[in-house]
Amino acid sequence: MKFVDEYRGEAEARKLVAAIGDLVTQPWTLMEICGGQTHTLIKSGIDRLLPPELTMVHGPGCPVCVTPIELIDRAIEIARRPGVTFTSFGDMLRVPGSSTDLLGVKSEGGDVRIVYSPLDALALARKHPDREVVFFAVGFETTAPANAMAVWQAEQLEVENFSILCSHVLVPPAMEAILGAPDNQVQGFLAAGHVCTVMGYWEYEPIAERYRVPIVVTGFEPLDLLHGTYMALRALEEGRWGVENQYARSVSRDGNTPAQDLLKDVFRVTDRPWRGIGSIPHSGFELSPRFAGFDAAHRFDVDTITAQESPECIAGEILKGRTKPHECPAFGTRCTPDHPLGAPMVSSEGACAAYYAYGRYEESVPVDIEPVRD
Amino acid sequence: MCLGVPGQVVEVREDPLGMTMGVVSFAGITKEVCLAYTPDVQVGEYVIVHVGFAISKVDEDEARRVFELLESMDDLGELDVPQPASEEG
Amino acid sequence: MGDERSNELGRRLTGLSCPISLTDYPSVQLAHGGGGRMSQMLIDAMFVPAFDNPVLELLHDGAILGVEGARLAFSTDSFVVHPLFFPGGDIGSLAIHGTVNDVAMCGARPIAISAGLILEEGFPMEDLWRVTRSMEDAARAAGVPVVTGDTKVVDRGKADGVFVNTTGLGLIPDGIEISPKRAEPGDVVLVSGAVAVHGIAIMSVREGLEFETRIESDTACLYPLVAAALEAGGEAVHVLRDPTRGGVASALNEIARSASVGIRVDQRRIPVWEEVRGACEILGLDPLYVANEGKCIAVVEKRIADAVLDAMRSDPLGAEAAVIGEVVEDHPGTVLLRSEIGGTRVVEMLSGEQLPRIC
Repeated sequence: MKFVDEYRGEAEARKLVAAIGDLVTQPWTLMEICGGQTHTLIKSGIDRLLPPELTMVHGPGCPVCVTPIELIDRAIEIARRPGVTFTSFGDMLRVPGSSTDLLGVKSEGGDVRIVYSPLDALALARKHPDREVVFFAVGFETTAPANAMAVWQAEQLEVENFSILCSHVLVPPAMEAILGAPDNQVQGFLAAGHVCTVMGYWEYEPIAERYRVPIVVTGFEPLDLLHGTYMALRALEEGRWGVENQYARSVSRDGNTPAQDLLKDVFRVTDRPWRGIGSIPHSGFELSPRFAGFDAAHRFDVDTITAQESPECIAGEILKGRTKPHECPAFGTRCTPDHPLGAPMVSSEGACAAYYAYGRYEESVPVDIEPVRD
Repeated sequence: MCLGVPGQVVEVREDPLGMTMGVVSFAGITKEVCLAYTPDVQVGEYVIVHVGFAISKVDEDEARRVFELLESMDDLGELDVPQPASEEG
Repeated sequence: MGDERSNELGRRLTGLSCPISLTDYPSVQLAHGGGGRMSQMLIDAMFVPAFDNPVLELLHDGAILGVEGARLAFSTDSFVVHPLFFPGGDIGSLAIHGTVNDVAMCGARPIAISAGLILEEGFPMEDLWRVTRSMEDAARAAGVPVVTGDTKVVDRGKADGVFVNTTGLGLIPDGIEISPKRAEPGDVVLVSGAVAVHGIAIMSVREGLEFETRIESDTACLYPLVAAALEAGGEAVHVLRDPTRGGVASALNEIARSASVGIRVDQRRIPVWEEVRGACEILGLDPLYVANEGKCIAVVEKRIADAVLDAMRSDPLGAEAAVIGEVVEDHPGTVLLRSEIGGTRVVEMLSGEQLPRIC
């Protein structure tokens, strides 16, 4: 696959690993923001190849993980209503609410369906005018343009039986919250390449300046992560700070202008609670007044249900990069993907899920396996 | 959620709402994709697709950056790269 | 004797509470049939202890019964695939191939097969005829007659068109000893061809996930390929497994667990078609966990690995057969993978459910 395979080459990876090893003269702590990047690191085994002086800390870039538990409970409440077709991306279905999850609602008989794109949800609404179709609009800035388009088209086409339950979160405020914490250890960031594809990276420049940290906009393939890590370490070793762009094949400083234009129409910035972390000001999107009629939370008048987090789940610590998944006492025992206590264990971008799926609790995993010989 | 996959545009058209829509091929699999956010993309070019939307056009020149870096490392003869026990062709 | 045994069992089960925690799982979840960890748990915690016999405990694809000097392989499978008709096959051909293959995975020559149909009221007769013809075509091509069957009809809404159960019987020749427990350090792991084809073919026609592709299900009768492999390797062929639900990853985990050995595979050696890769990329799926219906994993002694590979490749279904890994003494019960860039990760059992009702 073009623009995929080239970034998965072993020889190139080894060179970059060696270059990183040569570069590093002291311990450094870097955070990769996006859960997708965390998964690549663990899945391809990069984390085990990097020099021991380098600590990779996994960031809160998992929108499923940071969706507040109250919102999951509201989603469940809506999905249980007769006449509702509740649609969502796949991994929201297994995120635990206070007592159950959306998959549980499906097994009770609720009409809960997985869709690939928010436009598929809109298409369902048009196909079944007798049903109320709700789409769980979860995501970072990457997904916001898609959700915005679905709402915008719904208005244009006068589709009345479509609404979205909105849980959009924004990266820069989260980054500031992490950097602003008194005991912050993170010295440099690998910023989320697809978030920046949409938003550009100009928003990160003041952050890099204020906190004097290197921020490298990075892609998702193994070579991207190694390249981004190399660039960040080089900046740290040379005492530089500022924003650099590793993922230049997709990201420009200004980002995607048509996408940003529609975002300004359909959404407005609001304060948002992040599950496990707390409320971060100006860190989310809600529908703008013109499109507020498409807000499922209002349409279905879901009461604020008192949410009960599992007392054992330390998702907040995981999402802030304070604790590694396998250091959690419940990891792999009381908390597994089949029986999760929190979101990071079920999301496809969750750090706990990555550690579990790729066996990072096994101390006996060797670093080097011989390739299969012909 | 940040899953963005590069694919090649094989068809571009306008839908009834005036939106640019198209078909993108991923190693032979084709899927309907909304191209509204990459409105000037041409057939044959590559886009990054996220949940059914093209969010950027792949800049083929920039795509070579990491390989240029690696070549420059070779030129400078800087690296002492450990090889796996059996060299794969 | 029969009465005594059933009374004894009755006494054992009476008063025993349900072994599955009712707080965790008050009702059956889709994942309990997914072929991964939860399926395993249901089998291990409920069915194996309840039915309690040494043949079942082996938990191979089929049961191996000694009957007056002969060894019979006996296997059953139910098919609930949705949609019923998909590129490359339908529930009928799937049902025949699936059970014939399970019997073959015991090292047996399939002799006969039964077919039980549960039909939904209102199911179009034309579709029933199509499924029936498909079953007959598959059975005839496999050389395995459908010798008995059963038909039931349930109220509208109580079955998805049709559910099919097939049960197969086969005869194991002398000198063949197939069991997951036989995998031993030094053995080579082979796969008979490109993986993840069936699951992707099904995904391509599921509502909400449609994409255009030429990929068709790989559902096929594997017996000739298996027979050729057994001819080449004899009793040095230790394990055979067709990686259906849960994919290659789950099958390898089951083998590693059963034999208490470690398995190591090399990502770049696992054959995957480009289009299948493309589909997996856009859907965020790992081909190792996607179902196959016409592929076979073989764990064989190193000394005959090349011969078995050649034998597989000589069969039309085995043209892309490849060595993908080896069995080791270390990390027993765990499957490790060497990634494309030379890193390492563990390949876990499938968690929860990846693809609903694909076989």
